[in-house]
Parts: sequence; C-alpha cells; structure tokens
Amino acid sequence: MSTSENTKVALPAMTHTVGMPRHQKIIFVLLLGVLLALPFMVYPVFAMKVLCFALFACAFNLLLGFGGLLSFGHAAYFGMASYVCAHAAKVWGLTPELAILAGTATAALLGLVIGSLAIRRQGIYFAMVTLAFAQMVYFFALQAEFTGGEDGIQSVPRNDLLGMFPMSDDLTFYFFVLAITYGGILFIYRITHSPFGQVLKSIRENEPRAVSLGYRVNRYKLMVFVLSATFAGLAGATKSQVFHLASLTDVHWTMSGEVVLMTLLGGMGTVLGPIVGAAVVVTMQNYLAYLGAWVTVIQGCIFVVGVLLFREGIIGVLSRILKKPL
Amino acid sequence: MSAMLQASGLTKEFKGFVAVNNVDLTVERGTIHALIGPNGAGKTTCFNLLTKFLQPTRGTITYDGRDITSMSAADIARLGLVRSFQISAVFDDLTVLENVRIAMQRRRGDSYDFWRSEVVLAQYDEEARGYVESVGLGDFLNHRAAELSYGRKRALEIATTLALEPEMLLLDEPMAGMAQADVDRISALIKRISEGRTILMVEHNLSVVADLSDRITVLARGEVLAEGDYDTVSKSPDVIDAYIGAGHD
Repeated sequence: MSTSENTKVALPAMTHTVGMPRHQKIIFVLLLGVLLALPFMVYPVFAMKVLCFALFACAFNLLLGFGGLLSFGHAAYFGMASYVCAHAAKVWGLTPELAILAGTATAALLGLVIGSLAIRRQGIYFAMVTLAFAQMVYFFALQAEFTGGEDGIQSVPRNDLLGMFPMSDDLTFYFFVLAITYGGILFIYRITHSPFGQVLKSIRENEPRAVSLGYRVNRYKLMVFVLSATFAGLAGATKSQVFHLASLTDVHWTMSGEVVLMTLLGGMGTVLGPIVGAAVVVTMQNYLAYLGAWVTVIQGCIFVVGVLLFREGIIGVLSRILKKPL
Repeated sequence: MSAMLQASGLTKEFKGFVAVNNVDLTVERGTIHALIGPNGAGKTTCFNLLTKFLQPTRGTITYDGRDITSMSAADIARLGLVRSFQISAVFDDLTVLENVRIAMQRRRGDSYDFWRSEVVLAQYDEEARGYVESVGLGDFLNHRAAELSYGRKRALEIATTLALEPEMLLLDEPMAGMAQADVDRISALIKRISEGRTILMVEHNLSVVADLSDRITVLARGEVLAEGDYDTVSKSPDVIDAYIGAGHD
C-alpha cells in the first residue's frame, strides 16, 4: 500500500493509467480463480473444451477486434494444427508439449502463407480469400493420407508430459491445458496492449492515415494475421490432445463460423468477450445436445437476437454500462 | 531558394480518361504553395499522385532532390513529406494523447514488438502533451477522439502531423466543412507551423488562399492554367474564364 502511495506522489499528475488498469488485474485474478475451481464443479473434459474454444475465440478476436480483419477461414489453422498435433503424438510418439508445439508451428506457417496473399485484399474480399483457402485446407484434410479422411485421427495417445509426468488423468491434464490457455490469453492481452497493438488499432481506425504517418500497414496486418493463426493453432492442437481425436469437424467451414459467433456474442474487441462467448456457445452445445439438430437452430436464433438487440455483445454492453474497458 | 517538391510531366489516366495531364509543378523550399481550381480540375488526383496514394501513368516526382516516383506512400512519409486528408483523419477509438503518440512512436522505428508492454510509450507522453496543448486541446487529453467536434478533430490531426516533425506538409482542403470561427483558428495555426517548413495545400476557400499562400497554381481540366502570386493569378483572364465559365457562352 505504502509503495503505491509513494509512486503516486513521485509521479507528476498523470491523468491516464499506465499499464493494466486495476479493475482488469482484478478480473484476470478472478478469472484464474474460477478456472482453477472449474474442473471440480463440471466434468473436466467439458471444462477443457471451454478453455480451448476460449483461446480460439481470443485468437480470432485479436484479428477481428484489434486488427479489424474479418477472417472467414480460421478453422484452417485450428483444424490443421489439431491434425499435426495428433499425428505427432500418435505416429511420432511426441510428448504433449512437443506435439502441441508442432501443431502450433504448422498453423503459424499456414497463416504466413495464406495471410500474405489475403491481406492484399480488403473487407469482404479479404473474408472470401480466407474462406477459399480454408476450403482448400479442408479438402486437403479430406484427401491426404495422414489425416485419415472421414475417420480422422482417432485414439490419439496423451504421452507423458516432458516424458516424465503421466497425463492420462483428465483432471491432471486440465491444469496443463489451463496453463496453456490462460498463458495464451494473457499473451494476447499483451499483444493488444503493446506498441505493436497501438499501431494495429490505428490501422483499424483509419488505414490511410496510418500510411500517411509512415507505417507500412501490410506488414502489421500480416503480423497480426500470423499471430492470430498461431494462437488458433495452439487452441486446436491442445483440443486434439484433450479429446484424443482430430477430425474433419475442426477444419470444416462451420467451425470458422462458430468462432465468429462466439466472438460477436461475447463482444468483439473486448478482453473478456470471446471467453464468455465461447463458454456460452460450448455450454449450449453440450447441455442442449439432446435436442439434436435443434441446437443449430437455437444458436442461430440467439445470434440473430444478439445482433439485433446488443451489437456490442454481452461484455460490450456490460462495459458500456460500467464505463470501463472489460 | 531551391525546389523542395518538383513534379514534371505528371500524368494520370483512368481507363482512357485523363484526370491530370502533363502537369509541371515546383514548390519552393519554405513557401506556402496553394493548388486551386474549379471542381473536377484534378486537384485531388494531383494531390494523391504527389503523396503517392496514386501511381502516376507518366511523369516524375522529386522531393528534396531525390526521385520518389516509385516509392510507397508510407516510405515518403518517412522522408518527412506528410499529408493530411480532406475528411478529418483521426483515430476515433484512441484518446487525443494516443493519437499524437502514434505519430511519435515512429521515432522508435517500426513497432513490431508485440511482446513489449505499451508502458514503453509513456516516454513520449510529456512531449505529446506539448503538441496537444499547442493546438489548444489541452483539456481533452484523455478524451476519445470520436468525442471531439469537427474543428477540434482537425486541430488534433494537425497536432498529430506536427509530432512527426515533417519538413513538408501537404494539406488536402484543410478548411473543408468548417465554420468561420474554426477557419480563422486553423488558418492562424497553418501560418504558425509554416515557419521553417514547406506547405502545399489544396483549398477552396479563396480568402484563405489569398491570405496564406506565397504562390498559387491554378488547375483546370487536369492542366496547369496559371501560376504566380495571388494578384497575378486572380487577374488572369484564363482563370476568370475557368471559374466563371464565360468561355462556355
């Protein structure tokens, strides 16, 4: 307490906050608390699913909410990473951390290739280019030998972490997944609150002006694209270790749509929005599973209502009411 | 005096339509040069060519003795040739301070360091505050730019541009859409910042042009119609023709 008092005195009257605002620090601590308790309240595999999709949505939000770029093909990075991770664990016998790393690196590379072509176009054309490439990745996954076609890669083993710690117990593995996703989410927060993040926001707000200030905007766009693909890949790779499975579902275009839904529902451009959005959508899919195909209909209705009534998303609305960035 | 910005034989064709035709333009160092002309004269196209937002079909552009014809818009900004926009160009979702800081951040070189905290940018805060106060926005330091009135947005834009410490400014209709009170304020601001700098501006408001500029180039139908100081230009029969349209009778 006394140190914070001292710094207050030492600094000249700075009217704006430097670093993470206090309320966000509290939120991150509370979030960690909730996530630590989660596997004791719900089925750990379900909790891990929520975490993976939360990271996926945060990665997508980095691109859409902060870069202003709407990708309609994020399933490509999520799915491809999940295949490579599953293959690495099953065929090469890699440990979980190395298998996940291999999947993530693949997604980064794929992001670099697709991104460098897609950023040459803007708006809806950008979205269409990313969708087209994602479809190509989908057909590759369908046809390639190692992906197992319609079957996917099944019964993927969860090898010992670092070759030492057994991970077959879901509760134990949960904490490993928690470390990855929470770390990923914090890293994404850092990216959006870095000097790079500032330039990124300026490009989102007014691209010609950013150019006229001397920023080579395409390099920034490519970089955020690759970063977003990388974290989407991290989420996908982790998911294949959670479920012992990599399948076509993860590269399908509906997965690209789902992550858009999660991000918009929770609140695009907010820190917590994608996490909340992912939790809501995954929970719905799990607990309404007995309704079968109706889940999609309900999801669609919620999306329509959401867009019509609260465009800023759940967290966006809360943030406006509380007048604090959440 | 020497030439700061020089265009020769500048031509831009859009699918057969010649928007700018063989324009020669020399902006002397340390002067305020105005580019005027009736609607559709090619002023904005010409301006976009000079700032490299458009690529010329023919012709060359040199800046400070260096050929910039094939350079990108971002790269000429790095050389100190900075443009403004017709519609106020601020970053709406950023605060006034952050807007100015974005420009100062250029001094660090490229900001690709996504792993570093934005706290490192605090080093620019004091100086950024100075720029903000110099255009009379000191009270709005932590307001989002979106909350500012139009005239204040333009002032913020100028503060942001000044923070780059440009050698030459290209202003695209700095008075467009402004109330008279704002016009006087921005006009005084331009006069003040022109010290030690070269300015080229496109402007419709002829009283502002008369008041500010050392030299005027009149464009009509994509070609240079007349050039000189205000008195010379305003008495030129060609210019009167083009503006009043007597030639079409």
